[in-house]
Amino acid sequence: MKFAVVVFPGSNSDRDAAHAVSVIGEQAERVWHKDTDLDGADAVILPGGFAHGDYLRTGAIARFSPIMTAVSRFASQGGPVLGICNGFQVLLEAGLLPGAMVRNRSVKFVSRHITVRVERTDTPFTAACYEGQLLRLPVAHGEGNYFADPETLEDIEKRRQVIFRYTDDRGNVTTNANPNGSIDSIAGICNRDRNVVGLMPHPERACEDCLGSADGRIVLRSVVKAFADRLIAR
Amino acid sequence: MHARVYVTLKPSVFDPQGRVVADALVSLGYQDVQDVRQGKFFEVELESSDPVAAKARVTEMADKLLANPVIESYRVEVL
Repeated sequence: MKFAVVVFPGSNSDRDAAHAVSVIGEQAERVWHKDTDLDGADAVILPGGFAHGDYLRTGAIARFSPIMTAVSRFASQGGPVLGICNGFQVLLEAGLLPGAMVRNRSVKFVSRHITVRVERTDTPFTAACYEGQLLRLPVAHGEGNYFADPETLEDIEKRRQVIFRYTDDRGNVTTNANPNGSIDSIAGICNRDRNVVGLMPHPERACEDCLGSADGRIVLRSVVKAFADRLIAR
Repeated sequence: MHARVYVTLKPSVFDPQGRVVADALVSLGYQDVQDVRQGKFFEVELESSDPVAAKARVTEMADKLLANPVIESYRVEVL
């Protein structure tokens, strides 16, 4: 499987994402934001960082990068797209995911390990998980406070588009377990077609035990499983 | 032609930065401050002599880039 990792000016986790892909034994290629082609990639990762310095709003300028036309087309054809942190913000600004991101409720930049609960396993990035599985992942963000207006939120919850939720280490949703004040403790969501997933925590920074947790590997292994299952189904 | 765009968070969006500014003002002695909401201000200079066309153009810019309609509202003024 070939993963395309998009690099925007200011992305800083593209190499980590590519490394995480190689840790699970797959191929990753870093693609510059001005390219117009995903080079036959089977999956796309929009990595963490500070694309365009977060100027104006996080992801607001990156969403207009030439590569995003190819990413949109890839997504509309059902291709798996994973937005991590800044990547999630880009997907929101691009309208590939519903809602928006605002400043952490505490106003502080939060950088620590948190726990997320996998809410749904019917996405390419959670296909190898079980419902309710807890993953220990690091977050590092100042604007991870997910927001959606009441109608959008109701729609997202009803359509089971919440994929990851912040919980304590027992799987309970609590105020303290939510690092940024996001509505409904939402840590990650998917689109209606369930092929585009965005999450604020960093699975690629939890891909080896020496990083403090290797729980993030399953997010990437899931897409390999989903891909293989689809090939077998054909 | 000069245009001004004021972008503010929608009332339903909690503004933690505004809250910090309000608290700072109160601790400076401005006890009568009840709330502060922080927004953005853009000055756009564009090549145009028609204020109506300029306003329409800048409104388009606000819709497309300057404001995120999910969380922000805006106002355009042309001078």
